[in-house]
Amino acid sequence: MSDRLSARFAACAAQGRAALVTFVTAGDPDLATSAEILAALPGAGADVIEIGMPFTDPMADGPAIQRGNLRSLAAGTTLRQLLAMVTDFRKADDATPIVLMGYFNPILAFGPERFAAAARAAGIDGCIVVDLPPEEAGELVPALSAHGLHLVRLATPTTDAQRLPAVLNGASGFLYYVAVAGVTGANSAAATDIAAAVARLKASTSLPIAVGFGVRTPEQAAAIAAHADAVVVGSAIVDAIGAAAEERANDIPARVAAQVAALAQAVRTARKEQAA
Amino acid sequence: MNAETSLRAGPDANGHFGQFGGRYVAETLMPLILELEQAYTDAKADPAFHAELEDLLKHYVGRPSPLYFAERLTDELGGAKIYLKRDELNHTGAHKINNCIGQILLARRMGKTRIIAETGAGQHGVATATVAARFGLPCTIFMGARDIERQAPNVFRMKLLGAEVRSVESGSKTLKDAMNEALRDWVTNVHDTFYIIGTAAGPHPYPELVRDFQTVIGKEARAQILEREGRLPDLLVASIGGGSNAIGLFHPFLDDKDVRIVGIEASGKGLNTHEHAASLAGGRAGVLHGNKTMLLQDEDGQITEAHSISAGLDYPGIGPEHAWLHAIGRVEYQSATDAEALEGFQLLCRTEGIIPALEPAHAIAAVARIAPTMGKDQIIIANLCGRGDKDIFTVAAALGVTM
Repeated sequence: MSDRLSARFAACAAQGRAALVTFVTAGDPDLATSAEILAALPGAGADVIEIGMPFTDPMADGPAIQRGNLRSLAAGTTLRQLLAMVTDFRKADDATPIVLMGYFNPILAFGPERFAAAARAAGIDGCIVVDLPPEEAGELVPALSAHGLHLVRLATPTTDAQRLPAVLNGASGFLYYVAVAGVTGANSAAATDIAAAVARLKASTSLPIAVGFGVRTPEQAAAIAAHADAVVVGSAIVDAIGAAAEERANDIPARVAAQVAALAQAVRTARKEQAA
Repeated sequence: MNAETSLRAGPDANGHFGQFGGRYVAETLMPLILELEQAYTDAKADPAFHAELEDLLKHYVGRPSPLYFAERLTDELGGAKIYLKRDELNHTGAHKINNCIGQILLARRMGKTRIIAETGAGQHGVATATVAARFGLPCTIFMGARDIERQAPNVFRMKLLGAEVRSVESGSKTLKDAMNEALRDWVTNVHDTFYIIGTAAGPHPYPELVRDFQTVIGKEARAQILEREGRLPDLLVASIGGGSNAIGLFHPFLDDKDVRIVGIEASGKGLNTHEHAASLAGGRAGVLHGNKTMLLQDEDGQITEAHSISAGLDYPGIGPEHAWLHAIGRVEYQSATDAEALEGFQLLCRTEGIIPALEPAHAIAAVARIAPTMGKDQIIIANLCGRGDKDIFTVAAALGVTM
């Protein structure tokens, strides 16, 4: 299978740097703007793109991404539109990996098999389903596997040695380490705690480790990039989109690109700075 | 009746009732859910746990609640003999306390020092605040901003009991959003916090343990009717939001095949209006709040808003065991509208001198519909799961009365 995720993580590793993963909610603040934001992300330095599938009840998300979900739903975004947007994106970019992130119910309503087939056809590389722990994943895994899509698993500060094997069993693509016990956009974890957690996970898996939750600034991103294979920034970008939408700005994609460029710069130089 | 054929044996080891139930939570919560399951398994096997629970139910809650023969209601309807299980006479005025006592004892066993809960009508919030006060634990109640408006007396009760009431402004600002916010709090405060879920829903083991704590209703009713009438009832009726009072009454009778069991969903302004809370009649299987169950949702899997005059039934889902009992056909599910519930409310006030909560008023409405079609030698037990003091403002507004 053509595996954009593995290729991209390998390329970043070869450059001796962490990857920057950026999260935006599909259709936030509206579908057209969202498509422009998406198109601008790779050029700004996003190595991997996570696209949020909007849901009415995002119970693992903090206020920023909750509002992003509501903006998107208010604009009428559907999963079908999200897939069409990715299909368009792929016409210009066949290299940047795209991972969908969201909740199980919209996937279940679409139908797991139909969803996996459509996601693959659109050029999506994997999924993170927040409320689908390994114990319940049997309804989705066969469909994803059949269509060559990764199911990215999450490890958290509560994932102890007893729990970790269950999380890793069937994990693919990369391992997403949720740096703080809490919702997205919460307080930041201490860099030393993250370094220790990444080292602990690396001892149990060869998958790349991406670290997210509570990463807002280039400085925080750099601190994590020194240790992890990838840094995920979500709420800070979604917050910026929300603020720009509120003031009815017409340059939202350019603003997001500038924010992502600053994060990318920090992530790409993090290990050099640390070595110097 | 052995374990293989009993309808009371569920859930399975992974918390499933047929295709429903399960543990659909963020990974951060999984170790806690598993820890809770173990703690509950241990507690069930500990006679000291049961002894403390029974002592509190007797002396603090006031159990057993009476099984009352509603003679004038029976005469008025002119059919089957109607008995009311008087759980509105419990301390705090509803069945919710049965579950809260059980869960706070579990919280103490697990060494948790902070309690959180969601509430819709405020009954579960009041019951949780009550047991938190009784055991000296700090308590935060999440309540939708819209529910805070329509249930002011219960908000004040919770505050008097020392709870912090946190207004939830997200989404539809009702019970489902309060539950989202409680889950967000829990995932953020995993080390010291115990989440007392108020209905027989949520991730496993909640549907099982809430049911178990509520089956005191059905166990008592079974013994009481056998003592009063020397036989089992012909019909059980209870209202359903999440369904904890109903499963509490129904469960001990599930294997009694001659007992007809009817659950009443809230059909709000009517099943054909989209303004209802009948997730079995108008929903599809889906995943929300940690379990797979029947949900009100649109074709994209977005959860739609429920409506009921009763804040306690205003929820777009239902406990997974009800979804399963519906699927296998053991329990029959009907509905009652806002208007029918108001009729039931007034009927019980007028005939029995009992002001019911709007939630069981839906069950009374169904009894008024079904009892006349039954013989005078037949017996109905309806669950009167809450008293109506909290609802008098809502009822006054609905009847066009200015107080």
